[in-house]
Amino acid sequence: MSDVKLKVSNLQKIFPAANRREKDVVALKDINLEVKESEFVVMVGPSGCGKSTLINIIGGLEAATEGQVQIDGKDVTEPGADRGMVFQGYSLFPWLTVRKNVEFGLKMKGVPKKEREQAAREFIKLIGLSGFENALPKQLSGGMKQRVAIARTLANHPEILLMDEPFGALDAQTRVVMQELLAKISRETKNTILFITHDIDEAILLADRIYVMSRRPGTIREVLTVNMEGERSHEMLVTPEFLKMKQKIMDMLWQESQDAAIDK
Amino acid sequence: MKKSRRLSYGCLSFISFCVIIAVWCVVTYGGFVNKIFMPSPTEVWISLVDMAKDGTLLEHCFVSTKRVMVGWLWSAIAALPIGMLMARSKFFSAIIQPVIEFVRYLPVVALVPLTLLYLGIEENQKYVIIFLGTFFQLVLMVCDTVSSIDKNMINAARTLGANKLQVYTEVIFPAALPGLMDDFRLTIGWAWTYLVVAEMVAASAGLGYIILKSQRFLATDVIFAGLIMIGVIGLITDFLLRILTKLIVPWHERLGD
Repeated sequence: MSDVKLKVSNLQKIFPAANRREKDVVALKDINLEVKESEFVVMVGPSGCGKSTLINIIGGLEAATEGQVQIDGKDVTEPGADRGMVFQGYSLFPWLTVRKNVEFGLKMKGVPKKEREQAAREFIKLIGLSGFENALPKQLSGGMKQRVAIARTLANHPEILLMDEPFGALDAQTRVVMQELLAKISRETKNTILFITHDIDEAILLADRIYVMSRRPGTIREVLTVNMEGERSHEMLVTPEFLKMKQKIMDMLWQESQDAAIDK
Repeated sequence: MKKSRRLSYGCLSFISFCVIIAVWCVVTYGGFVNKIFMPSPTEVWISLVDMAKDGTLLEHCFVSTKRVMVGWLWSAIAALPIGMLMARSKFFSAIIQPVIEFVRYLPVVALVPLTLLYLGIEENQKYVIIFLGTFFQLVLMVCDTVSSIDKNMINAARTLGANKLQVYTEVIFPAALPGLMDDFRLTIGWAWTYLVVAEMVAASAGLGYIILKSQRFLATDVIFAGLIMIGVIGLITDFLLRILTKLIVPWHERLGD
């Protein structure tokens, strides 16, 4: 029985109205989710459903209005190295080389130079960028930058990796390559991962379990388990089981967007 | 910029200066303007050479450069931490920004009598004039530069375990550095424009001093000589700072490149 690594209980987020004429915006309501150790959980939902807000709250960058976030049973509210985050915009430090970027978290912890360099080299190898240690971010393509961002977060050995639509800014081919790379890395390192996307293919390809979110106010509509054998690769995208699950999720999301249109 | 483009940029700038000097020659040698209003290039050259010969040119340049640089350095040393704090703390900004905005509009010339009263006639009074002319602008520019750092980088650093101090030293400072170098380059230029105000009273040497003194004798050739020296020193400073910026922040991409 795996331990629960991340537990979100009764989370609610309300954005207060900007002035008296407007109403408060309920972004998230009754969010309860769990991610077990070494699990790859994906949250998929329509645009504006609050997925980014949720992951920012878990990462400590925003505060919840109600509810708790717990890592290994302990409440967390501030950002920290235990919850590593990867964003859509890479956010690499442009004044640092690839190696120094990857070392960053370790440097903050006070890890001595030789150890840092060694660790960085290993993670750079893991993401397939050996030889680019001394390149500057401005010399890298989007896909390469995102790999460095992932390596930077992994090198810090977080308890959980929070990924907010990390491949959203990449072209379709690069995206598939990155998905397969991430699937491979997560198998090897056994990191716990919470991943957000609006791309259903990506969700099913990567996930052990999928949380489907409703439209705003964002709640958990359904939790699905992905039962697919073997390595995750793009060849799975056209198998019957894959397509069946995709259909199911698409119907749910389609319904959500229809309901949203009616509300307007 | 590519080498060929840099070459044509340099050529055009050089031609531009030549055209200005050519017009100056035509207007003066051609007798189109009263001699007192505009001295000819030869007259200006002669006064420069005279001052160079008796060593006063070097003295004036040195004294003025020192005043500008010291006064400006005081500005920069004060503006950096205050500007950063203003950008990061709404509380601090609320306390200090209105005061800065208020003083910013005060003409420095009007403050000269007060500075004489408080500081006397020594060099410190000159440094303070330069400081007053630059600090209040520089601190707001620093605040602006620091505010426009991508918040996602700061968030990334915090999720990598950086504590509050590390966020300042390891992220905010290096990220702001290119913008800060530009702020410095611009404000050093402004500092020079306050030189005459600084050397208005109780100065016995300096480029501003000789410009003011020459006014009384209508020695426009010396005025021109002084102005040209200030301009040349300014251009050299600007050039050196651009090179320094490239050395300090080689990683920075400008939109134009």
